Amino acid sequence: MSAVAPITRTVTRDAASAIEADGLSFSYGERKALSNVSFAIARGEVFGFLGPNGGGKTTLFKLLSTLIPLQSGRARVLGSDLAGDTKTIRRKMGVVFQHPSVDGKLTVLENLQHHGRLYGITGSNLKERANSMLDSLGLTARADDLVETLSGGMRRRVELAKAMLHQPELLLLDEPSTGLDPMARREFFGHLEQLSRRDSVTIVLTTHHMEEAERCDRIAMLHQGQLVACAAPLELKSQVGGDVVVIHTAAPELLQRKLLQQLKLKSAVVDGTLRIERPRGHELIRELVDTFGAEIESVSFGKPTLEDVFVHLTGHRFDISGDARNE
Amino acid sequence: MSEIVLQAGTLWWREITRFARQRSRLVGAFLQPLVFWALLGAGLKASFRPSGMPGDINYMQYFYPGVIILVLLFTAIFATISTVEDRKEGFLQGVLVAPIARSTVVLGQALGGTTLALLQGIIFLVLAPLAGIHLNLAAIVVSAGMMAIIAFALTSIGLLIAWRIESTQGFHAIMNLILIPIWLLSGAFFPSSGVPAWLYWPMRVNPLSYGMIALRRGLYLAEPVSFCSLSAFRWAVLISIGFAIAMFAAATRVANRSTSV
Repeated sequence: MSAVAPITRTVTRDAASAIEADGLSFSYGERKALSNVSFAIARGEVFGFLGPNGGGKTTLFKLLSTLIPLQSGRARVLGSDLAGDTKTIRRKMGVVFQHPSVDGKLTVLENLQHHGRLYGITGSNLKERANSMLDSLGLTARADDLVETLSGGMRRRVELAKAMLHQPELLLLDEPSTGLDPMARREFFGHLEQLSRRDSVTIVLTTHHMEEAERCDRIAMLHQGQLVACAAPLELKSQVGGDVVVIHTAAPELLQRKLLQQLKLKSAVVDGTLRIERPRGHELIRELVDTFGAEIESVSFGKPTLEDVFVHLTGHRFDISGDARNE
Repeated sequence: MSEIVLQAGTLWWREITRFARQRSRLVGAFLQPLVFWALLGAGLKASFRPSGMPGDINYMQYFYPGVIILVLLFTAIFATISTVEDRKEGFLQGVLVAPIARSTVVLGQALGGTTLALLQGIIFLVLAPLAGIHLNLAAIVVSAGMMAIIAFALTSIGLLIAWRIESTQGFHAIMNLILIPIWLLSGAFFPSSGVPAWLYWPMRVNPLSYGMIALRRGLYLAEPVSFCSLSAFRWAVLISIGFAIAMFAAATRVANRSTSV
């Protein structure tokens, strides 16, 4: 057994990637969950996979966390081959699942101790690390309470404490804020960012929450198993031309034709609404209402969000209920 | 090596801790066989004399070791159901992404289930005087040893199933179709002498029958009656150990192949 000494790492964003994936594909029988997905995540990055349910996020998460074997494509995680050297990867990686992986019948501290022993950590080393994690996540007062008696937000923090106990270089989280109210979600993300800064851990998460994605250094958008974008949130939003004007109307196709004929305006029909992307969108609204007032039920206007980026790239609404298979 | 001990050990410890905190499981695995024994044993005692048994063994006495194996079987089943739940709830995922071999996971689970079954079995030994069986130290040690071997085999069968199926409902169906018949045809409930050939052969090839033979002989070590020769006892012990190892190997194999987590 190797007792791992506490490591002091400096915050570096060195060139070596935390994860490099090349042409990953995965099918469940006939259904293709991922097709030809490639990306690279730098060390120290907070990286998010954003997409609706059924987009392939969870499959990608299972592949990266070594839960399911690669079918095709190659990937290196923390310098090791994902297909061959899972044991090395597992030692250096912490994983937080969408569903709780802590045991409700054990206390907070017992859960951490159990986890530590699975990673070969024992004795005073285990005690120190457990106490330090409890302390930094504000769980010390509840250390001896059964996990099943904790609130949802606290349980998530126990998951995080557990995943960080063995001081991983990479933290992988699948929909980490599942079941949390907005307040607890923000708090949880704050803890994540703190850990990222303090321990210079690379953080890779999947999410369908825009506000969570906004807080990532870079995000990759997954749609129907394909990677449709990969960049910083601001950069992605700048891809959408200026402002976004959305028109609700009874007959979107008809209005679309009229817009093109009379105003030379290009628009897209998305989920029964008409969308127009252009700079200085507010000036357009008056013209629209003046010309087509009778046909328009409502018009909304806004700066592009990541949701708009998704619509811009895929032509589909970002439907979080979506296809829930395999989620 | 020491890492395997540490990893399997912590999984074992967790099974025991959980069990101790869920009293209903403890009561269920112990009381149900006790009720079986009291009702069936006392009820059938008046009408049936087990055939091919030495001395004046009555049905209550005959059924007693069978009920001990039922205690082991029930505890093993409960331990296995908790494995299905671990998979469903996500606990197992957390274990599987740790640097731990699947065989070590199965070992920890099997040892946890075995320990719980053994503890319940030993508690049941307290009732031996009620069955009219006098125990000495040798009888307790040999019986406990046999219980451990049988419990390990049964827990491994349970794990073999638990790693394959998705739901606890599915597990109940398999339990009634496989585990209970294995127990019924082990000589726990009725002896194989005098049964028709279509029952006799399944009982002869049933590996649990040999655990039954060895346990029955072990329990009666302090009594003048003897159910089988020493060499038959040795064979029964060896077959039981082989059975336990084979079932553990099979469970490990299934766990290694399982990707549905």
